[in-house]
Amino acid sequence: MFLINCPYCGERDQSEFSCGGEAHIVRPKQPTELSDDEWAEYLFMRKNIKGVQFERWNHAHGCRKWFNMVRDTSNDKIHAVYKMGEKPPVE
Amino acid sequence: MTKYRVNKTKHVDQTKTVSFDFDGKSYHGFEGDTLASALLSNGVHLVGRSFKYHRPRGIMSCGSEEPNAICQINEDTDLTEPNVRATEIELYEGLKASSQNCWPSVNFDIGGINNFISPFIPAGFYYKTFMWPKSFWKKIYEPLIRWSAGLGKSPTKPDPELYDHKHVHCDVLIIGGGISGIIASKIAAKNNFKTILIEDKNILGGSTIFQKNENYKINDKYSGEWIYEEIAELKKLDNLTIKTRTSLAAYHSYNYLLAKENISDHLPLDKRNGGIRQRLWKIRADKVIVATGAIERPLVFNNNDRPGIMLSNSVKKYLDFYGVSCGFNNVIFTNNDSAYETAVSLKEKGISVVIIDIRKKSNSKIVKNAEQLGVKIYWNSTVVNTFGLRKINSIEIMNLSEDGSNVVGDKNRINCDCLALSGGWTPMVHMHTQSGGKLDFREIDQTFIPNEINKNHINVGSCNGDFELEKIINNTNKKVKNFLKVSETEFDNTSVLNSKELDKRNIWLLPNYISEGKCKSFIDFQNDSTAKDIKLALREGFKSIEHVKRYTTTGMATDQGKLSNMHALGIVADTAGVKMGTLGTTTFRPPFTPLTFGSIVGRSVGNFFDITRKTSIHEWHIQNDAKFENVGQWKRPWYYPINEEGLHDAVQRESKAARDSAGILDASTLGKIDIQGTDASEFLNRVYTNAWSKLGIGKCRYGLMLNEDGMVYDDGVTTRLGENHYLMTTTTGGAANVLSKLEDYLQTEWPELDVYLTSVTDHYSTASICGPNSKKILTKIFPNKDFSDDAFPHMSYQNAKIDEINCRIMRISFTGELSYEINIESKFGKSLWEKCIEAGKEFKITPYGTETMHLLRAEKGFIIVGQDTDGTMTPIDLQMDWIVSKKKYDFIGKRSLYRSDTIREDRKQLVGLLTDDPNEILEEGAQIVSDIRKKPVEMIGHVTSSYFSPNLNKSIALAVVKSGKKLKGQKLIVPMENKNINVTVSESVFLDKENKRINA
Repeated sequence: MFLINCPYCGERDQSEFSCGGEAHIVRPKQPTELSDDEWAEYLFMRKNIKGVQFERWNHAHGCRKWFNMVRDTSNDKIHAVYKMGEKPPVE
Repeated sequence: MTKYRVNKTKHVDQTKTVSFDFDGKSYHGFEGDTLASALLSNGVHLVGRSFKYHRPRGIMSCGSEEPNAICQINEDTDLTEPNVRATEIELYEGLKASSQNCWPSVNFDIGGINNFISPFIPAGFYYKTFMWPKSFWKKIYEPLIRWSAGLGKSPTKPDPELYDHKHVHCDVLIIGGGISGIIASKIAAKNNFKTILIEDKNILGGSTIFQKNENYKINDKYSGEWIYEEIAELKKLDNLTIKTRTSLAAYHSYNYLLAKENISDHLPLDKRNGGIRQRLWKIRADKVIVATGAIERPLVFNNNDRPGIMLSNSVKKYLDFYGVSCGFNNVIFTNNDSAYETAVSLKEKGISVVIIDIRKKSNSKIVKNAEQLGVKIYWNSTVVNTFGLRKINSIEIMNLSEDGSNVVGDKNRINCDCLALSGGWTPMVHMHTQSGGKLDFREIDQTFIPNEINKNHINVGSCNGDFELEKIINNTNKKVKNFLKVSETEFDNTSVLNSKELDKRNIWLLPNYISEGKCKSFIDFQNDSTAKDIKLALREGFKSIEHVKRYTTTGMATDQGKLSNMHALGIVADTAGVKMGTLGTTTFRPPFTPLTFGSIVGRSVGNFFDITRKTSIHEWHIQNDAKFENVGQWKRPWYYPINEEGLHDAVQRESKAARDSAGILDASTLGKIDIQGTDASEFLNRVYTNAWSKLGIGKCRYGLMLNEDGMVYDDGVTTRLGENHYLMTTTTGGAANVLSKLEDYLQTEWPELDVYLTSVTDHYSTASICGPNSKKILTKIFPNKDFSDDAFPHMSYQNAKIDEINCRIMRISFTGELSYEINIESKFGKSLWEKCIEAGKEFKITPYGTETMHLLRAEKGFIIVGQDTDGTMTPIDLQMDWIVSKKKYDFIGKRSLYRSDTIREDRKQLVGLLTDDPNEILEEGAQIVSDIRKKPVEMIGHVTSSYFSPNLNKSIALAVVKSGKKLKGQKLIVPMENKNINVTVSESVFLDKENKRINA
């Protein structure tokens, strides 16, 4: 069970959070101009990395804010948390 | 005192007798005994039968690693518990225990025949045999296997006891109260760390506490005495919490640990007083020090499983801690120095002992000491066979060849009543690996030891591979100082006398003159897997240790292979000719020892299993005999039976009343989201499929929400309360998810929008009144309000007051009738409801529940999200094209509505179904076919909603059917178990197609 450092509340138990999958997938601004393949790429395609992965997390049972997390899925080490809209930290 | 109780110790109070029953026979033990030590003190070794061959088995160890002595306790009471280790049960007055896995009794067990047919039931026997003939499985094989398999009996009644959960935080958590755990705790607590020490036994001190021997001294005291004083000092420290009878179950990431505290299991049943039985500690520790110790390994040779064959250090503990001699004619079989401690202890008490040592020679002090005491040692020898049916009575030994691969010379028979095994020590690295730690293999004593990388946890003592006393003390001191950044401690200049060395001669499977196929050399005692089974698995092509484990079931019993895993690995490595350590290990999974279900669920049982949400009108529903239905966490009235009415009759009556005169529904559970902000209209445009910008203030609109994949997600009516203010309603079950989804989009995709969302579901109660007389009822409640269609048209809202209390009236309808919803602050919900009932009395206003609501809306073909949709239906599939805006540039899910898959014409589409026999009601979920003769029969859809409509006087149903739109008027078949029902595809709107009733 992780100890997650919510950028708004500080360290809290993982049970307060929910994971929203891969981060930095921007909803296309003009979906109607995309081909089926391009739309499918946005809609369905997600990475499942063994190693450092960028993820969206929500402090669902706390401040309800969404934020991003850099986590190594091979050892669950959390490298960084940062607010929505902020640039991911350079490795 | 029984003859086996040879020694007085301070841990067992021999003045306090405790009586107990085992297998129906009464015995006596003393306070401080475990069930195992008390049985041994009565000379009882045989305590169970093995799982597969039903071989007689005896107590082997003195701790959680015990594979054989597992019992059923408190049988025939609702406190009965199977699979409890006798070595861990603290003896209490009146304890009733019995052996498992034997029938009719442990001394004579019919299943013992499996022992004689064992050549025919090797590993994988079940997989290979019970495959054919196929028809035998259900009637013969399965019942037989079920009868003969299984350990113990489950309780049949609910657990009457209480369990607790407790969350704690600490600076330092120390797991294990042996010598290194005590040193670590003292250093931590004395340096102002908030410290918790947990120990699974009832006293601290581990195996040092019963050490009273010239060979082991600390600061010139016997190590047992030294630690006794240390513990006394430790207990005085302020910022240290000591939890005994508490075993660590799991070590999760970020130093989150679960430990189970036994609170009343050691008390006689009549002294438990209904208090808490066990408490699960949920610990978040800044730093963790693991000091879980090591487990002694057995040795693997022919017939190494008879009662009376035990682990050497356990024999010593029974003698020096419990005062019980496991035998009077002992043989110790070893490959290392530590067994000599047992020999010295026995010899000092005048008990006969000889040693069989695999090694050729040893010069360590402890070996010298044993020789001086006159212990006979057979060097370079191995046990090749054992004898004795229900208890060992003799062994055969032979010399080993130079390289240890074979036996040479003559057989030598030695009589004995106890054979103590010592195959060296296995560090308990379970906690380390559970936390994500890796292991290194150490050649010299063939052990896996922790490779530490996590900076917030260390391993100390023998679980770290330190087995010699001075190493344990000095390394623990050094590591803890480093870990906690402490510069000096009281242990810095401890003088230690140690007499044993790490040296050993490791042979995983001892050689024999008997051919391998005829040897029963047990590796996993509980699951009866032998060295032969492991080799068979390798011959059959299993290479991964994880596969070998599963095929042979080695390490898969309730002891989780604490004694067997290393030997399995060793034999696999030897046989496959690879280096030990390159194979890795099997995975160490939590829990370390079995947890009770009670401790896992804690107080979350019965009414506390989940939150129950009730509306403010709930009491009225109860008083009026409502039957309730769970909708999400809500309790909603399902129907209101009058007298002896059943569901069907009540729903028919309620549905008729709602259309003929007036009905009233508690709609408070529908999700309500208050939406404010200058971009509120734009936001709704983006989340709903239809257009919202032009909705006038005071108007309501039905909206459909999709997922980004184009599938219908939720629906509901949203009201524009002001220029920048909306009230959205959602389905009852979807409320929380809809709010989360909307927040997600606002925060992550459209942060530029000025919109604020607040859940107000619980803030308002809603009474929904429908039917041709609803207008008259509203007029009575609000005499000053103009309810004419011009002043208050359909799909609009107005503020109003009842007794000076503000409320909102929405003229909206999900029954298709003229209907109004009154929203009022929750605390006034019940009085509002009662007012409506009072005002409606003359119109026979009828309260109706969810079932009638579903029926009424089905008559109108209105969908219920989650019943008529299942996450695979687009609005087009639902024939709701009218609600999808063509003009809007974008909304959630729009692009997906013309993906190649969503524009397929043969998708399942919502249609109505009418049965040829109007009295035949279809079953919801029933499959629909068009051609019953063509095999295989193609299922083209299923029924989603089905009712008998009292207003139409016929059966109606909604269904999703492939290409349903094109099938209107066609005959289809709903095949049921004993008949085929003929149906015709129809419109999905059955009643009032012109929507006249809404303004009736």
